[in-house]
Amino acid sequence: MTLAEACAAAMFVGITLYALLAGADFGAGFWDLVAGGEAKGREQRALIEESIAPVWEANHVWLIFVLVTLWTAFPSAFASIMSTLYVPLTLAAVGIILRGAAFAFRKASETLPLRRLFGATFASSSVLTPFMFGAVVGGIASGRVPAGERTGNVLGSWLNPTSILGGVLAVVACAFLAAVYLTADAERRGHPDLVSAFRMRAIASAVVAGAVALAGVFILYHDAHDLFHGLTHRGAPLIGLSAAAGITTLVLLVRGAYAWARFSAALAIVAVLFGWAAGQYPYMLEHSLRISDAAGAHATLVAILVTLGVGAALLVPALTWLLVLTQRGTLSASADH
Amino acid sequence: MLAVDQPDLFYARQQMAFSLGAHIILACMGMSVPFLVVLAEWKGQRTGDPVYTTLARRWAKVMGVLFAVGAVSGTILSFEFGILWPRWMGRFGDVMGLPFAMEGFAFFLEAIFIGIYLYGWDRLPPRVHLLAGIPIGIAGVASAFFVVAANGWMNDPTGFTVDTRGNVTHVDPWAALFNSALWPEAIHMILAAFIVGGCLVAAPYGWAMLRGRRTRYERVGLLLPLTVAMLATPLQIVVGDWAARHVAQHQPAKLAAMEGLYATTKGAPLHIGGIYVDNDVKFGIPVPDGLSILAFHDPNAVVKGLASVPAADRAPVNVVRISFQLMVAIGFAMLGLGLWMLLAWRRRQSVPRSRWFLRGVVLAGPASVVALECGWITTEVGRQPWIVWNVMRVRDAVTDAPNIRFGYYLLLVVYAFMALFSLIVIRRLTHAPLPAEVAEMHEPDDDG
Repeated sequence: MTLAEACAAAMFVGITLYALLAGADFGAGFWDLVAGGEAKGREQRALIEESIAPVWEANHVWLIFVLVTLWTAFPSAFASIMSTLYVPLTLAAVGIILRGAAFAFRKASETLPLRRLFGATFASSSVLTPFMFGAVVGGIASGRVPAGERTGNVLGSWLNPTSILGGVLAVVACAFLAAVYLTADAERRGHPDLVSAFRMRAIASAVVAGAVALAGVFILYHDAHDLFHGLTHRGAPLIGLSAAAGITTLVLLVRGAYAWARFSAALAIVAVLFGWAAGQYPYMLEHSLRISDAAGAHATLVAILVTLGVGAALLVPALTWLLVLTQRGTLSASADH
Repeated sequence: MLAVDQPDLFYARQQMAFSLGAHIILACMGMSVPFLVVLAEWKGQRTGDPVYTTLARRWAKVMGVLFAVGAVSGTILSFEFGILWPRWMGRFGDVMGLPFAMEGFAFFLEAIFIGIYLYGWDRLPPRVHLLAGIPIGIAGVASAFFVVAANGWMNDPTGFTVDTRGNVTHVDPWAALFNSALWPEAIHMILAAFIVGGCLVAAPYGWAMLRGRRTRYERVGLLLPLTVAMLATPLQIVVGDWAARHVAQHQPAKLAAMEGLYATTKGAPLHIGGIYVDNDVKFGIPVPDGLSILAFHDPNAVVKGLASVPAADRAPVNVVRISFQLMVAIGFAMLGLGLWMLLAWRRRQSVPRSRWFLRGVVLAGPASVVALECGWITTEVGRQPWIVWNVMRVRDAVTDAPNIRFGYYLLLVVYAFMALFSLIVIRRLTHAPLPAEVAEMHEPDDDG
């Protein structure tokens, strides 16, 4: 593995963790959106709020990690992606602002009209952001981001079949992950009615995700042939693993093994992301820029790997503590003073 | 480098200035408020005084909201770096990106510990909870240090060479990180955070006291943050002088804009106030040799003027100069406020009785923010037209994407709503009724 590939791999680990952790937070926002009226959805919303409040900011930081690694290690790729895809990225950024701010505001408000306003903002921006990120991935993976300083097609780069597929798949995958995590959370907190509600949602979103993925096969075949080839060759084992993990998740959900379902659901997402990476390798921007050509100066790649190592040493104990405290239910969003 | 045709350059600059100007306030609160909260919690745990504990909890709630808004407004900046200035990032990302990667980790720790701290109250043992609060502020300060390292690099770019064909070579990210502007700029920024945080937290208690609520709660709520701010102020003036002397050495054209000095002058005078018209400061109070003394600690020192660089490479003088003067003026006014407080404290171990002092405290809140923004304008507008000092111009860094003005408009609307609702939510949080034991705690020496 070259230094550039090591940096790309580290960045991809960041993308994966962002998808698994922040993705689930966005998905929780999706379920907040469809939880129904004020009275009907109250318990579900309370569970969602309690589950994501202590962790969403830490989960969000994986995005920062990805961005800074991208621009430090692969500055030219960063420049090309950001300039060509600036419309969906601006919309994703707006979604990020609205989601985070509205969630914090809702937690701090007590009156119903304000809570409704912030809740609706939080929930709808939780759908907007993953859709836009999915569209960005679709634009890159279908070879629509040209390398170099010139901006590519600012609309066609994300308003195209592969991007729409990416966006829809991202929203569905986030919803799926969130529903599985929330089912397990509801069980741990002892809410049987919420367990069955989220279990149904998890099963439904798994089925939808499978259907979208199948439709995606045809879309990619016609719209992004190189990616299709990569996914069906080098990426094929991973795509197969993802499908198997998805089916396993369904079985586990039906049989009530929710804690285990979280792991197989996460595996399904990890496998499909790695399948994408394998399918696109060695390109960072499909068609136009290889990882090795995108890489910045050698000294910087060394420096960033050193920084990642030191940073991880600081981060892992802190993250572990946060995880232990949330899993034990020590951190409570409802405790109010 | 290809020339960029970008009719919306103005909007790109406005968008960057606007989103940085908004984020800088939140970043300052993110650095200083955690320390104020932990300090109050610690005092509460040590003395058992419920006033401190109540203050700590209230400030922590506000901190939670501000952190969330600051986290997302900071994220937007990393998008904007690429969306608005891809040519800058594409060319120099690997030179000056390293501190941002480090900042990412600091921000990570901040987010983790703020989650533990805010949601662990009454769930974790008190001592553990207190300790969990300390990394928040430390990580906040570290974040600022790294971000300012990148900004320092823009002012004093090191750690690379540009070859004859315009390619960036010999990249040394560590040399870029430890550029010479880093220390004065970073310390100036961090002290500013403590002044802004202290003044903004103290101001509402000054307001409450002016309106006749003078219980121990208001008094402590005013004194604790204000003391922090007033301790930082004299240090800030010394560090500010250091930062200005650094500018004098490394960015003479910026210093010339800050002072409105046209011709290169030996024994250059300093002008207080006034306006720069026709290559001269009009209506200002001149101090002979003042600028040479301040900038080089030598009355005969030669100070380079604006004329030493081509007209196209000069910053807009009045914007920079007025911002700079306003920042300095506010700094000295705060020093006066701090001295007043110190004298009153030495005489009778209490805050000054005068209502003018309380008015001063109330004013210090917004004034500290004005000084912060003015300082930021001084360094950023003073760097114009360069994005990387003497290496890359802003207009060569901008994207060639069309219609970027609409992103700016969208952001303006979003930020306006965010500011409005932040204020509404914070107002509600801070106006919740006090616990009875705290509300009834009148002090014997209250004289209204």
